[in-house]
Amino acid sequence: MTADALSPPRTAGMLPQRRKQLLTAAFVFAAVAASPFIVRDVYLQNVLILTLLYAAVSQSWNILGGYCGQISLGHALYFGIGAYATSVLFVSYGIVPWGGMLVGGVLSAAVALLLGYPCFRLKGHYFSIATIVIAEIGLLLIHNWDFVGGALGIQWPFGSDSWWTLQFARDKVPYVHLALGLLAVTWFVTFLIEGSRWGYWWRAVKDNPEAAESLGVEIFHSKMAAAAVSAFFTAVGGSFYASFLAYIDPESVMSFRFSLLFALPAVLGGIGTLWGPFVGAAILIPLTEITRSYLGGSGSGIDLIIYGGLIMVVSLAKPEGILSLFQRKPKREVRS
Amino acid sequence: MTAQALAQVLASGLLMGLIYALIAVGLSLIFGLMDVVNFAHGEFLMTAMYVAFGLVFLTSLDPVLLMPIVVAVLFGVGAVVYLGVVRFAMRAKANQGMVQIFATFGLATLLQGAAQYFLTPDYRSIGNSWLGGKTLELGGVFLPLPQIFGGLVSIAAFGGLYLLMSRTDFGKALEATREDQGAVALVGIDRNRVFTLGWGLGAALVGLAGAVLAIFYYIHPQVGATFGLIAYVTVALGGFGSVFGALVAGIIVGFVEALTAAILPPAMKSLGIYMLYLGVVFVRPSGLFGKL
Repeated sequence: MTADALSPPRTAGMLPQRRKQLLTAAFVFAAVAASPFIVRDVYLQNVLILTLLYAAVSQSWNILGGYCGQISLGHALYFGIGAYATSVLFVSYGIVPWGGMLVGGVLSAAVALLLGYPCFRLKGHYFSIATIVIAEIGLLLIHNWDFVGGALGIQWPFGSDSWWTLQFARDKVPYVHLALGLLAVTWFVTFLIEGSRWGYWWRAVKDNPEAAESLGVEIFHSKMAAAAVSAFFTAVGGSFYASFLAYIDPESVMSFRFSLLFALPAVLGGIGTLWGPFVGAAILIPLTEITRSYLGGSGSGIDLIIYGGLIMVVSLAKPEGILSLFQRKPKREVRS
Repeated sequence: MTAQALAQVLASGLLMGLIYALIAVGLSLIFGLMDVVNFAHGEFLMTAMYVAFGLVFLTSLDPVLLMPIVVAVLFGVGAVVYLGVVRFAMRAKANQGMVQIFATFGLATLLQGAAQYFLTPDYRSIGNSWLGGKTLELGGVFLPLPQIFGGLVSIAAFGGLYLLMSRTDFGKALEATREDQGAVALVGIDRNRVFTLGWGLGAALVGLAGAVLAIFYYIHPQVGATFGLIAYVTVALGGFGSVFGALVAGIIVGFVEALTAAILPPAMKSLGIYMLYLGVVFVRPSGLFGKL
């Protein structure tokens, strides 16, 4: 047997389940796109934007963590690279955020490849802790780097509403559509990966590296590819977040809690699945945002109690994620 | 740097390093026993510090006298966490590694939230210790008494742990379970009981560290996060599961941190530890004393 055994089925045209997935996605995303015209409340639109953003970034995390099985707890680094590249290029050099997004994404993917060399030799907990430490180093350096504003951060200038500079002070609806666009792109990329040879290889690397290797799967290259794609889209998420807030500082885009916030929706919804991050974010983000605003604001700690309790209960009760509740039969992952 | 300044840096680093080793050893012990990383380890430390604070508040006794109670309470916390959380995480059939991380991380968030909600985010400190504010001078090198005490407690704890592991039945059962979980069942050792006691012991050790730290460090809900990360780095540096590795790595971490703080601005003092950690694991992926 060779690595060809770990390839998508060769059929003419698309499999019916795959076509169904695409139709579902088109329907769901169209409904979300229409929703801000019905729900006019700015607070709820804000929650929706954050939900879509975390769903998108969690989907990006899922590409490396869920499909390839490399539990990174340092994705805040890539998010921060995107946010900082976009902000510095826009504020200091007048380059529009669309350009910053691309630069941030490419830079981030390059960093992921560079770090991948030493990191992918590490296994299990050693890998996860190394990713935390690297992100903390990034945070420390940004904190003390005056060129990017140091601890004070970067304030975006006030401008008129424009799709060109991605600034919308008067209306939140464009941000909803931007975040949705980001989610749709990451979802579609994941969809393509899932059906491609890479997707099959990555799942093999996750499930049983030794067996995958014996079949000719190039484990190291698989991990590197997954890391680069994952870092690219995480950085694009960071770019969006910077333009949405119009102000960033090290803690607000690169602290450890972001690394967890990117992993959690996927874990909650179901890691290594197409809809897991979306389902997880749709539950987690509104819940934390609403508890935070209705139960005495951040700092009281009640939101942390609910949040922590929820993570604990779900991860213990449903290790496969909430999505597994709706699955009728176990999915066949590798054809033999 | 003058010789005296260097001596000061090394002495401070050694004392803090011994405390880091004591914070980390419980984490390493539990990992060695059952391959589980407790992501709430820092919050165990925070809990211990609040317990120490609360006991001092209630009794007005010297915190040194109350240390055994803190240790006993944390032993209970560890056992309860094993029985109530970790035992179930180990039964997961899918994504075991993730379940462990997120179950213990969820617990960490919950403990932090509870501390913030019930005890407020205020910074607190214990002011009434006999050791507090006293400093020993040795040839121009100044050493705060609470830190010296902490270093001695740490050395005593490592000595005690060594005796426990090598001389008692529990220690032997612990060592046997570490080596072969399946075989111990055949000779009549209750694995679940060993794990419960192991978690109790691990938490008791970090409880001791918390009781010492509470004498000279501010107590607040986020205090666990800082020390927690240092503990993970220490354990990974020494090698997961190695008790001796935790001691050596703790001291190295203390030295490197003190040196970094003397050279770079104070905000960057953790940079040295992190770089050292990466440098070591990239060369030796299982840490200094870990099994390869």
